[in-house]
Amino acid sequence: MKQQQLLVAALENGTVIDHIPCDKVFQVVSLLHLDQNDRDAITIGLNLKSERIGLKGIVKVANKFFTDEELNQLSVITPNVTLITIRDFEVVEKKEVQMPDTLTGIVHCPNPKCICNNEPMRTVFHLERPSGRLRCHYCNTEIATAEAVIEH
Amino acid sequence: MENRSLVTIADHSRQKIEYLLQMARQFELHPNRLLLQGRVVATLFFEPSTRTRLSFETAANRLGARVIGFADPKVTSGTKGETLKDTIMMVSNYADIIVMRHYLEGAARYASEIAPVPIINAGDGANQHPSQTMLDLYTIYQTQGTLDNLHIYLVGDLKYGRTVHSLLMAMRHFNPTFHFIAPEELAMPAHYKDYCRQHGIRYVEHQEFDAEVISGADILYMTRVQRERFTDLMEYERVKDRYLLKLPMLAQAKPTMKILHPLPRVNEIEYAIDDDPHAYYFQQARNGLFARQALICDALGITLEQIENDTTILS
Repeated sequence: MKQQQLLVAALENGTVIDHIPCDKVFQVVSLLHLDQNDRDAITIGLNLKSERIGLKGIVKVANKFFTDEELNQLSVITPNVTLITIRDFEVVEKKEVQMPDTLTGIVHCPNPKCICNNEPMRTVFHLERPSGRLRCHYCNTEIATAEAVIEH
Repeated sequence: MENRSLVTIADHSRQKIEYLLQMARQFELHPNRLLLQGRVVATLFFEPSTRTRLSFETAANRLGARVIGFADPKVTSGTKGETLKDTIMMVSNYADIIVMRHYLEGAARYASEIAPVPIINAGDGANQHPSQTMLDLYTIYQTQGTLDNLHIYLVGDLKYGRTVHSLLMAMRHFNPTFHFIAPEELAMPAHYKDYCRQHGIRYVEHQEFDAEVISGADILYMTRVQRERFTDLMEYERVKDRYLLKLPMLAQAKPTMKILHPLPRVNEIEYAIDDDPHAYYFQQARNGLFARQALICDALGITLEQIENDTTILS
């Protein structure tokens, strides 16, 4: 436990994404394109003890501050993660992700006859309220958030 | 620049629909004009649809525009692997407006986002077909004198029939009561019933299709029940004759009731009905011309006031 705290505290500047369900960690990595990042130090933790969710995953990215738009996209795969911004070893902000009204280039449209699966273009989905379902901007196909498949 | 494209009329306000109906009325009074002289209208049909294409091209021609385009995608560079975007960008260099039919859903929305000229959706897969809805609304208004408080009966394929779905959504401003008459396999999908509940649209589902049920109708909107829509062909054989409209079934109909059909008809309306005063599907198709003239003009930024004061009317 002490070592885990040290790991987090050891970040001078950057972002910590905490309380990720273990099976979602690599989707988070992929969604934030961290697998293509060859500059910043990235620490990925798996199966760490958490009082809140049992075992958790954690991702730390040194010297990187994501926009709200980038981070809120995480809500599709894991709605309850904690986002921590660290500057000069201090936690300056702690917040949870919020599902944005529009998701661009994130969710795959399941309709093979949708234009977005047939043209070199990004998908766009809108969050429908109050149902909480996602609707394709182009073909109007609706899917439950839990069924959403992430674009590759 | 304001995007004047028409992708769907589901988003149109009551006011906008009534405005377009008034425009169509002007074109019914005087369909031949030189209002679009010097303009070029492109009709891009990535999926063949003779009826819709001829209607749009007639609309453009009768207003004095020149028409370019293709009726068969096999003659285009799409077969060489060109993207829709490239085709649209290329044609935008030549035409003032693009009327587009495409087999993929959402194609018109996408085209409207990338094209520098307005796009009119002439049907995108199973998604939207707003010009059909516009002519349906115009026909209902023309025959009933109002769009308000009507009993509209939808018969046949209510599951895949995009015309009935678009009509249902467009009528939400006008306090309608819908009546659904369909085989179980082709029943109105649950999310459209949810749509009705959310928008306060009353609906009734009927098991029978007979003179007594029809007696309450202001509009009887027939659609094709297609064999290929059934997963169970035994079921098709069992129900196919139950949704055919026959002359004796009109015995108790209101005198003002009109029968509409998006056409083509196969056998769902008996030919003997064609001469009955309730039959209105051929006039409905004719209204497609006026509705499409209105949609083209509106997309080009021509106002109702300009049309009312138009000095280019031909005799």
